[in-house]
Amino acid sequence: MTNLVLLPLLIPVIMGAVLIFFSKNEKAQKIISGITMIALLIGSITLFIAVAVEGTLVMELGDWQPPYGIPLVIDRLAAFMLLVSAIVATSTLFFAFKTISPIRSRYFFYPFFFFLLTGINGSFMTGDLFNLFVFFEVMLISSYILMAHGSTNFQLRETFKYFVINLFASMLFLAGVAYIYAATGTLNFAHLGVRVAELGQDNILNVIAVLFIVVFGIKGGLFPLYFWLPRAYTGPPTAIAALFGGLLTKVGLYAIIRMFTVVFNHDPDFTHTVLLVMAAFTMILGVLGAVASYNYKSILAYHCISQYGYIMMGFSIFSPIAIAGAIYFIAHHSIVKTALFQFAGVTEKITGTSDLKKMGGVLSSHPWLAWLFFIAAMSLAGIPPLAGFFAKYPLVLGGLEEGNYIVVAVALFVGLLTLYSMIKIMKFVYWGKAKHDEERQKVSVRKLLYSVAPLVILTVVIGFGAEPVLQFTTEIADEILDPTIYITSVLGE
Amino acid sequence: MELLMSISIGVLFMVGTYLLLSKSIIRVVMGLLLLSHGAHLLLLTMAGLKQGMPALVDRYDQAFTDPLPQALILTAIVISFGMTSFSLAIAYRTYKFHKTDNLDELRGSNDD
Repeated sequence: MTNLVLLPLLIPVIMGAVLIFFSKNEKAQKIISGITMIALLIGSITLFIAVAVEGTLVMELGDWQPPYGIPLVIDRLAAFMLLVSAIVATSTLFFAFKTISPIRSRYFFYPFFFFLLTGINGSFMTGDLFNLFVFFEVMLISSYILMAHGSTNFQLRETFKYFVINLFASMLFLAGVAYIYAATGTLNFAHLGVRVAELGQDNILNVIAVLFIVVFGIKGGLFPLYFWLPRAYTGPPTAIAALFGGLLTKVGLYAIIRMFTVVFNHDPDFTHTVLLVMAAFTMILGVLGAVASYNYKSILAYHCISQYGYIMMGFSIFSPIAIAGAIYFIAHHSIVKTALFQFAGVTEKITGTSDLKKMGGVLSSHPWLAWLFFIAAMSLAGIPPLAGFFAKYPLVLGGLEEGNYIVVAVALFVGLLTLYSMIKIMKFVYWGKAKHDEERQKVSVRKLLYSVAPLVILTVVIGFGAEPVLQFTTEIADEILDPTIYITSVLGE
Repeated sequence: MELLMSISIGVLFMVGTYLLLSKSIIRVVMGLLLLSHGAHLLLLTMAGLKQGMPALVDRYDQAFTDPLPQALILTAIVISFGMTSFSLAIAYRTYKFHKTDNLDELRGSNDD
């Protein structure tokens, strides 16, 4: 039964390696990767159910007892993230089938897609700090390659920047690992939690905590460290951008959540205040970038930043309801943002540009596309009864309960600006007179919509079914607010 | 010994950061290389330096050096080796496509 834990790692890494051999045969690649993805989705669902029923699953790799060996730990949060990642990746893969040009797919697009998933899933599952570093690198090297995939001038330049900033962050991560090993003598999350509690989280450990905030802040696109994100996510093909916007940066946020609940949870007055201030600035600066931009994809990329601010806000308020909201927000944002990026790709296919000012009137030629986009956009802006509303409501409620009035005000104001920039896209792209010629009006995008529509339906479903989902995320929040659950399930009594 | 190591790590980080801030692509790559060396040495030093004892645990009551940092560094070195070769490849590609290795001249070169 516990071997089930390995599925989300083994499936993508083995099949990714197998796919390398079929790199010249496009059809074989599509079939194999489609089957693999569905297997991964089924595996994640099984795992999710198993964890929801039985509680935390722990796998000690090589049967080395913790704290010496590397455990893979799937608690409710990890299982939830794995499920979200599988759903988003499935939709993106099927979208990629129809949009990635054959020239690109011959150069190992699908293998690196799966290696990226290996890194992402591994980061969610690992119970060891150094192993987290390794999975980060697995994920990042694939992301560099996917980001530069196709090597246009723009992509190469942005990849180089992204690469340098992320490698720099990785080196800081390594330095952080060194410091924390010197201070505590262990790298296992659960054992770290015990040791940090024994030592008391004071000066030196707080410095290390800030170092980790910087590291994961760079990877997660938080306030002073997000500058690489908007352009890096505008460059690559939309299938890749959708995966990055929906999943990649979430791993940084997940690492923050994990580190600051299990390990550095003893001085929230300091660490979580730092995070809260960062979250507020992230929200407002991200959305201002979106308001100022007139490029479809870069608006979405800037929105990613402000939404990461929301997630961090919920987490750093650090009350059960706010954390439940933050976790709901992660699911909501992954789904909606991936859908929106895919809509950007579809629209680009119709109009041949991603500049808002050169588009118009897509509603008249492609009504389905426009109305599906409308639902996703309203969900992102937080209009009830869609998922976005129920993601923001607990955050605002939690913030008011804890007396963080300023950050709540910022969140509501940012919500308004989000609505504004979504309406801006709606107005420029879908309403008005058609600016694309007759030939382009006849471009059929029905097949492309098949992969996006499930995500839109899902955002409606988790909007209408918000109560059970929020109940589940509240369970997750209760679980991660009590680190002893994680610690005892890994270390035993 | 620790002092010497700390100073050399400091120098490596300093030079690495300096190179990272320069304008030539290849200097940036070299900066990353030096930073990674600094991080690896830091990992070794922070775990505590001991002399004259092997990193073998299974020697009953005899003293031993902590083997974990060495395993960590080995992994980290392999990773940074891969990263370095990738960085050289992407630096070369960028240089070839943009026909310049000056980061300032990359700005606004096209399709912004």
